[in-house]
Amino acid sequence: MGTSEKIYFYPLWLRIWHAFNALGILTLIITGISMQSSFETAIIGFNTVVNLHNIAGILVFISYLLFFTGNLVTGNGKYYLMKIKGFFKNLTKQGTYYAWGMFHGQKSPFPLSEKRKFNPLQKISYLLVMYFAVPIVIITGIALLFPEIIIDQTWGLSGVFLTAILHSTMGFLISIFLIIHLYIASVGKSPLDNYKAIISGWHHL
Amino acid sequence: MNPYYILDTMAISAGVHKSFDCTDCHNSEYKTYPHKSDLKLQPLSTCLDCHGGDASFAKYKFEEIEKEFKKSVHFKVYGEYFNCSKCHSQHTYVATARNSTNVLDIVDYNNKMCLSCHNDMKKYKLVSGHANPKLVVIHDWLPNQELHFRHVRCIECHTEVRDSLMVSHNILSKDHASKKCAECHSANSKLKASLYKYQNLQKRTEKGTISSLLTNSSYTIGTHQSPLLKLLSILIFLAVLSGIIIHSIFRIIKKKK
Ligand code: HEC
Ligand code: HEC
Ligand code: HEC
Ligand code: HEC
Ligand code: HEC
Ligand code: HEC
Ligand code: HEM
Repeated sequence: MGTSEKIYFYPLWLRIWHAFNALGILTLIITGISMQSSFETAIIGFNTVVNLHNIAGILVFISYLLFFTGNLVTGNGKYYLMKIKGFFKNLTKQGTYYAWGMFHGQKSPFPLSEKRKFNPLQKISYLLVMYFAVPIVIITGIALLFPEIIIDQTWGLSGVFLTAILHSTMGFLISIFLIIHLYIASVGKSPLDNYKAIISGWHHL
Repeated sequence: MNPYYILDTMAISAGVHKSFDCTDCHNSEYKTYPHKSDLKLQPLSTCLDCHGGDASFAKYKFEEIEKEFKKSVHFKVYGEYFNCSKCHSQHTYVATARNSTNVLDIVDYNNKMCLSCHNDMKKYKLVSGHANPKLVVIHDWLPNQELHFRHVRCIECHTEVRDSLMVSHNILSKDHASKKCAECHSANSKLKASLYKYQNLQKRTEKGTISSLLTNSSYTIGTHQSPLLKLLSILIFLAVLSGIIIHSIFRIIKKKK
């Protein structure tokens, strides 16, 4: 393993963001589910859970600002750009590789390099999560902290109600992303290799 | 003059009995001043005297309310002395929960009926003979107390919900008051059976069930779930999980070869 080629994929700021983000989102998912199921024990009251959720939300918000500006000012943002040409074809190619190719000794159709950090499937899921789901969760979450800023009625429905539904739906999608993310990250040189990479910064090709 | 003898004429003209003359209820000899002192001792009609058995007021279920009220702590401790008028001023009462389209107005009006006595040292002492316990202190276990008291009624926690009645009247002793957050902050919140059940609130949102849980300015954590979304999310979750399990099995088999 030590002999193979290494690329410094994850600079320090990105690893700091990722650590806070992972911690925050994990807390949000656990406390979020427990609020919906009205879980309550003598030690961890409902109130504690609500407070934890709020604090973790603010943590994720702040670390999101780091992610967003980091990707604007450094070169990392370019890894997220997608080509329109062959969009679906590339996704299918990568999907086929995960489902069939990798078990039949095929080479990865999009080998990673200095120019390419993510394969198309990673790219689309990171894009959707980081530039769609997470921002929506943050915005709706802030709105629910200050319900008076929400529009009262839309299409005859309560604005707060719609906001709450949107918030939990996006939260759910992020949870699903996380499960897949955690699993796919284990498809690497060795099962633990990618996890080491997001801590050390060095990715083995 | 005794401040309790000064009536708010504006409130009277908004109340349910606005069409009455004073002397429809009070003795006509009150027309002379100074009033004869024994007039005070004459009994006044109770709500049931006029409304009991009257078909035109059947929808309010006065008889059932009285039955429930007689089980309440107030009646148990003070008997007939604690009558309906202790909470309902016959001068100014307005059936708010039934008619208002705003949760906050309903909560405010209803809570003032209790607070007019529980937060008024003189009035409370007149009834009980001892000082009133400070509500803020008693409820200090409740976070965001002020917010809660603006968004839920005292009776939400202090009565047993009766589906047949618009307003539960059986106020239980403090040992039976709800202290559990989950009773409200959950998918089957008891608020749905009490405060949020009013048709007048639901009409605003028109669409019926899901949207009727909440009106504009209320968001109660945990209450906005829909069974359909829940089922869908469980299905998606299971699909993802089985996908991952199958994929890992293949990876393990392939590795062994
Ligand atoms: C629908 C019946 C009704 C009408 C109409 C009515 N009253 Fe009363 N009034 C009562 C009752 C019942 C009480 C006793 C309240 C109690 O037991 O606390 C009362 C009590 C009072 C009191 C004593 C103070 C108090 O609130 O206990 C005054 C003063 C009074 N009424 C004045 C008036 C005047 C003036 C009018 C006309 C503007 C009027 N009432 C109209 C039923 C009525
Ligand atoms: C002296 C007889 C009398 C007493 C006592 C009395 N009411 Fe009434 N009440 C009436 C009459 C008559 C009406 C109808 C008034 C009208 O239509 O203008 C009425 C109207 C109402 C209404 C509105 C009904 C509707 O659908 O419009 C409510 C609610 C009500 N009373 C509640 C009470 C309560 C609660 C009490 C006791 C605190 C009480 N009343 C005591 C005679 C009385
Ligand atoms: C401890 C306070 C209290 C007492 C005592 C009390 N009530 Fe009420 N009652 C309330 C409250 C609070 C409401 C809700 C007010 C509203 O928004 O209409 C209410 C509502 C009502 C309503 C309207 C219900 C509806 O369907 O709209 C009626 C009728 C009524 N009470 C009758 C009575 C009668 C009759 C008595 C005496 C047997 C009585 N109440 C005693 C607190 C009390
Ligand atoms: C969220 C639920 C909740 C709400 C809302 C609420 N209470 Fe309570 N209340 C309780 C509980 C629980 C207790 C018992 C507290 C204890 O024993 O430590 C209590 C105790 C009391 C007591 C007993 C005091 C004593 O120790 O003798 C009174 C009186 C009371 N509440 C009145 C009110 C009034 C009036 C309101 C409305 C302004 C109100 N409560 C709103 C839950 C509630
Ligand atoms: C006219 C005054 C008055 C009004 C109005 C009133 N109460 Fe009370 N309430 C009392 C008194 C006095 C006691 C004390 C009873 C005792 O000594 O046990 C009491 C006791 C209580 C208790 C505590 C019972 C216990 O176990 O110690 C609760 C809960 C309560 N009231 C709730 C309410 C609610 C809710 C309302 C409004 C819907 C209300 N009260 C309206 C006078 C009032
Ligand atoms: C009687 C029902 C009821 C009970 C019991 C209750 N709550 Fe609430 N709670 C509400 C309602 C209604 C709101 C309204 C929120 C709004 O509209 O802003 C609320 C709001 C809150 C909020 C503020 C949420 C926000 O949007 O800022 C917190 C925190 C909270 N409750 C915690 C608790 C805890 C902890 C308990 C138990 C000790 C509890 N609640 C018990 C009904 C209840
Ligand atoms: C315990 C939780 C998590 C672990 C162990 C973890 C692990 C990893 C690993 C191993 C990588 C690098 C490999 C790869 O690119 O696939 C990575 C990258 C990434 N992760 Fe996570 N992750 C976690 C949580 C999250 C969460 C909650 C999000 C977003 C909501 C997230 C978003 C990302 C993104 C966007 C990248 C690419 C970053 C870049 O290189 O620009 N991760 N993660």
